[in-house]
Amino acid sequence: MDALLQFIFSGMTVGAVYALVALGFTIIYNASDVVNFAQGEFVMLGGMITVFAHQAGMPLPLAAAMAVVAAAGGGVALNRLAIEPARSAPVVSLIIITIGASILIRGAARLIFDKQLHRLPSFSGDTPIRIMGATILPQSLWVMGGAVAVFIGLWLFFSRTLTGKAVLATANNRIAAQLVGINTRWIMTLSFGLSAAIGALAGVLVTPITLVSYDVGVALALKGFAAAMLGGMGNPRGALLGGILLGLLESMTAGYLSSQYKDAVAFIVILAVLFVMPQGIFGKKPVERV
Amino acid sequence: MLTVEGLRSRYGRIEVLHGVNLQVKPGEIVTVVGANGAGKTTLLKCLSGTQPVSGGSISFRGQSLASVPAHGRLKLGLAQSPEGRQIFSNLTVEENLRLGAFLYTDDRVAQDMGDAFAMFPVLKEKRNLPAGGLSGGQQQMLAIARALMGRPSCLLLDEPSMGLAPLLVAQIFEVVTSLRDRQVTVLLVEQNAYGALKIADRGYVMETGRITIAGPAGDLITDPRIREAYLGT
Repeated sequence: MDALLQFIFSGMTVGAVYALVALGFTIIYNASDVVNFAQGEFVMLGGMITVFAHQAGMPLPLAAAMAVVAAAGGGVALNRLAIEPARSAPVVSLIIITIGASILIRGAARLIFDKQLHRLPSFSGDTPIRIMGATILPQSLWVMGGAVAVFIGLWLFFSRTLTGKAVLATANNRIAAQLVGINTRWIMTLSFGLSAAIGALAGVLVTPITLVSYDVGVALALKGFAAAMLGGMGNPRGALLGGILLGLLESMTAGYLSSQYKDAVAFIVILAVLFVMPQGIFGKKPVERV
Repeated sequence: MLTVEGLRSRYGRIEVLHGVNLQVKPGEIVTVVGANGAGKTTLLKCLSGTQPVSGGSISFRGQSLASVPAHGRLKLGLAQSPEGRQIFSNLTVEENLRLGAFLYTDDRVAQDMGDAFAMFPVLKEKRNLPAGGLSGGQQQMLAIARALMGRPSCLLLDEPSMGLAPLLVAQIFEVVTSLRDRQVTVLLVEQNAYGALKIADRGYVMETGRITIAGPAGDLITDPRIREAYLGT
């Protein structure tokens, strides 16, 4: 029983990280139908920039804020320099461009920073909180709280604000969006900036627990992608649920089977989703009449 | 209100508009009729800014549109209800209408939406359903209503009768006529030459990228050349 609860806690913690990555996917996907595989790199940048700014003597909150802003700038640059010039290319080409961008960012991070593992001090100390025989780190609560806060923010953004609707409209029909006066270029800039900022926030929150190095992005992007697929691509609710579910599956596998199989879970989930329910849990079947 | 002079446009190396001249005065309903592939839709796309112009000029209310991007033209009062409706299929009917008034956040938006529902009661019934599930006629109504939400002074209508049952065609043309009372100038592009000329003040006939005949709609409808080519008599 204690063990089960412990697995649930650790599953929820990593799940929250996957959910944050998946939420980042959601925005860009909603605006452009593109799955941005450089999303994991923004998580890495969030962690790395915070670490180095903090080491340089900057207070932690300031360093974190700077990292989030810098990553958002990176997202905007990715859109302006790589996605926008290829705008008329098919979506698959754009996705491949994001993979290329992720390799570039990773390489640059290795040169600019270093190849070491880094960590940040926990925000609220390292004293584990005991709940019914299991323990949870205060930092885990920060990660989960962050995922829930970002989820609520995004959900409100897409369902309640005109700008959020404009993002959805841009993805659905770019020309029609322009005809109602939406500046679709600006919507894309906004989406990439926002998405990168969310990724960086995830990086800041999780670095005290999982550490960060220049190459943590690949695995995170893949797992976030699996989470987004599981929940239903493009749906913030799906991203949150998919992330948590994937995290729980991973920690159960590690706990009850073998931790060697842990990383296979994400891939099995991707395959299972594709075979059984390609729309994911919350994904909508496209309705279209011609 | 809208003046087009020597307009040229091309798809790649193939020029499809070879110097089109056209004028729309305030309060008019002007129609451009012609066969499939004559360049009517390309002309409207140039006017709304979604198709690049390779020569000539377009001015709207005295202002050149050359440097105004597509998304900036509605702000000047120029709206388009595009060919094939182009509604936001994954959003609800009401969200589609709200986005039509994307530029506005004042109280008139709710009022305009009320007007749209009064004009097309079926849209009110289906306001919370995804627009992609509407029938072709309902989607056309939504496309027109959405364009009107943007408070245009001039509306470009592309083939509103395409693919609709005769009863619906009559209803759509009635709506177009009623735009006159709302002080909306209309440029209507149609393959249904008879229906369009009947409600229009003036008409242009377009053939392979050129305007070949122009005149009052009443004259065109009796013009033997047009009767033979487009009206089937």
